[in-house]
Amino acid sequence: MIKAILIFNNHGKPRLIRFYQYFAEDMQQQIIRETFHLVSKRDDNVCNFLEGGSLIGGSDYKLIYRHYATLYFVFCVDSSESELGILDLIQVFVETLDKCFENVCELDLIFHMDKVHYILQEVVMGGMVLETNMNEIVAQVEVQNRMEKSEGGLSAAPARAVSAVKNMNLPDMPRNINIGDINIKVPSLSPF
Amino acid sequence: MSPSIPLQEMIRAIRSARTQCEERGVIQRECAAIRAQFRQVDNGGARSHNLAKLLYVHMLGYPAHFGQMECVRMIASPRYSEKRVGYLGAMMLLDEKQDASLLITNSIKNDLAHSNQYVQSLALCTLACMGSAEMCRDLAPEIDRLLRASNSYIKKKAALCAVHIVRKVHDLGELFAPAARSLLAEKNHGVLHGAVVLITQLCERNPEALERFRKTVPDLVQIMKGLVISGYSPEHDVAGISDPFLQVRILRLLRILGRHNETASDAMNDLLAQVATNTDSTKTVGNAVLYETVLTVLDIKSESGLRVLAVNILGRFLLNNDRNIRYIAMTSLQRIVGTDHNAVQRHRGTIVDCLKDQDASVNRALELSLALVSASNIRTMMKELAQAASGIFHAAERYAPSQRWHIDTILHVLTTAGGDVRDETVPNLIQLITNTSELHCYTVHKLYRALLTDISQPSLVQVACWCIGEYGDLLLKGECQETEPSQVTEDDALDALETVLQSHMSSPATRGFALTATMKLSTRITENVDRIRSIVSIYGSCMDVELQQRAVEYNALFRKYDHMRYLTSVLYVIGSNEEAVVSISVRCSLQVCDLLDLLGGSEEPLQPSTALGLPNSTSTAGGDLLDLLGGLELTPLAPGLTHAHTHTHTHTHTHTHTHTHTHTHTHTHTHTHTLVETEREPEVKNLTKTKLQTETSSLRIK
Repeated sequence: MIKAILIFNNHGKPRLIRFYQYFAEDMQQQIIRETFHLVSKRDDNVCNFLEGGSLIGGSDYKLIYRHYATLYFVFCVDSSESELGILDLIQVFVETLDKCFENVCELDLIFHMDKVHYILQEVVMGGMVLETNMNEIVAQVEVQNRMEKSEGGLSAAPARAVSAVKNMNLPDMPRNINIGDINIKVPSLSPF
Repeated sequence: MSPSIPLQEMIRAIRSARTQCEERGVIQRECAAIRAQFRQVDNGGARSHNLAKLLYVHMLGYPAHFGQMECVRMIASPRYSEKRVGYLGAMMLLDEKQDASLLITNSIKNDLAHSNQYVQSLALCTLACMGSAEMCRDLAPEIDRLLRASNSYIKKKAALCAVHIVRKVHDLGELFAPAARSLLAEKNHGVLHGAVVLITQLCERNPEALERFRKTVPDLVQIMKGLVISGYSPEHDVAGISDPFLQVRILRLLRILGRHNETASDAMNDLLAQVATNTDSTKTVGNAVLYETVLTVLDIKSESGLRVLAVNILGRFLLNNDRNIRYIAMTSLQRIVGTDHNAVQRHRGTIVDCLKDQDASVNRALELSLALVSASNIRTMMKELAQAASGIFHAAERYAPSQRWHIDTILHVLTTAGGDVRDETVPNLIQLITNTSELHCYTVHKLYRALLTDISQPSLVQVACWCIGEYGDLLLKGECQETEPSQVTEDDALDALETVLQSHMSSPATRGFALTATMKLSTRITENVDRIRSIVSIYGSCMDVELQQRAVEYNALFRKYDHMRYLTSVLYVIGSNEEAVVSISVRCSLQVCDLLDLLGGSEEPLQPSTALGLPNSTSTAGGDLLDLLGGLELTPLAPGLTHAHTHTHTHTHTHTHTHTHTHTHTHTHTHTHTLVETEREPEVKNLTKTKLQTETSSLRIK
């Protein structure tokens, strides 16, 4: 089980925090600080696994992290998860973010924190890995975003009206009305 | 009422704050506005923005509990955008301990039956994240229904939700077992993955479920075969391996099912052999699958040929360029060295080579090598392991063929690699020497000779000084069975100690040892007491405050309380407490004597034993001493604390509960303070758009 997912930058500022086990607010911040402290000390040529800090709880937990440019992605997991698998999962998550945000960078994570959460929700649920297929994740996220947009407030009303009318099923206009000898030609109208 | 600024503007405002104080101000203003807006009945589209802002502020560490009720209200809203944020807020702010969490149970129930699958998925996600036991019990039948009759998107989420429910309420495992079984027939990999996780959870909780699910082994083997030998399937393919995540999950489940069970293990032997040989290990994902296979093989009752294959794969991992792979190989070898000792022995060479690795995590090689040490190969192994000092001591303790060899080895390590040993080595060694009473003479001679040759290794010098102080009489007696006799005069011994005191290579801690040793010698030698007095008084005006303090106290002992000098000879308390205890006890003894003087004092010299009542060689002696002296006011420590002294002080404090506790407290306080300060750095303000390295080079396309 994944206990927590933390993303913070090179100075320790949190960019995304997600705990799958309850911790009080101040504990959460302390965990972030401690994790940053542990992870920032690591050289670049050492392995990506750290025996977990004392706060998150005990000997069974490991920190698995990856460092991308200015961000650290840290997953705190217990022994039921495969370490190499989680490393790959971090990669999947980052590539998904890249697809959703187009060349994602730290600023995207800062200003769209809620969107990042929604993407993460499609990858990990309740501390367990949900989906690892990148295309599937991106597709689902896009559908949900579209749903949200289509609902959006007053500004969407004209758009809604147009799309509603477009989807109306107009019966076909007859081209020629033949009543006996009279032949009325109906001018062709542009399609609605 | 100020119009609410959307999330991005608030973030911009927070980031443009120049100081922590300014940021707090901005956030407080925002929170006040958000609070006011929450109280309003309807805000149109702004409601979701407000909650999103609150969640951002919560992430930065500011209190956000006033948003809990708003989450409940948003969840009940018919609009998808509001539900989305509401559920996110519930997962971040609520947990089963809060009362508000009960209020969302009904909303979740309704949403689980919603026509829109994305609304259903929101409810499932939230339940899996923070569902309490009551909520789980309440909604379990719904989840079971969803497990059976819905689309694959919902099924996979329902499966993981069921896992959470089973974790919270063990009995409900029974409810989900049949549905879990039938899910194995699904084609969708996401659903399969969820099903395998659910079955794993059920088997781990309940031995009966484990028995029943053993029947699924053939199905699982079938699925694995399909994944391993199937043709190219683009949607699940990762670098040529079909859905490695699912493979890893299934292998884990097979491990649980095959453990302690012959029939199940037999059924998987072929498959495991196939996976082990066919999986492409040049890519990292392949290694993940291979690793899992190896673990499974070693855990079930597999045939010996397969086991050897598995250990060989681990051995190959050790040679891999990727340090992560080396790390996990080392961890696994460590776990199995108990059971498959011979197989691991074959890779001893590679393991010992790994010692040269810079990475401390991979340096579990040392622990592993030590585990491979046995009585027969210890002498050869020790030569190879001479670099890694600290673990050697443990191994030497366990398998030492003789005491003398033990002490020799440790001295050898200290001379060659003394700089790398941990701090505890010195007191541990002192303890060892004390306990080997028959070798005191031999030890002190050897250490004296080592001291003459080289005073650059601090640990060695410290131990040597301590020994000379303690067993100086043996040193001066000259005769010793185990080693060649050497004539050591009192002057020679004092020369050696003085060299240490004067050398620029000696750390303050080492000088402390030397000074104390000199002091101790004053009771053991007869002729050169004056020389000792002059040495000690010289240091009374030393620049180092700690040393100066000691020297002054020792001087005082010489002047006023000659009989108390014998106290120092009794004080061979073991542990890093020693130095602290000696100085504290000397100080206290001076105060006791002063006190007695004031009271008209006793004529006869105080018996050392009654004055301080020290038990011998217990590491809590420091604690007892301080307890005994609890009534006396300890003189505050000199402000110029040396590193060693601080170290010993923190050590003492773990044993005692006296008022000196405050010292440690302030020490850690300053430490955290500086950490907080570094967060506010100007570089954050100039954050340009730095591209996130999508490391396409690593896992995926290797």
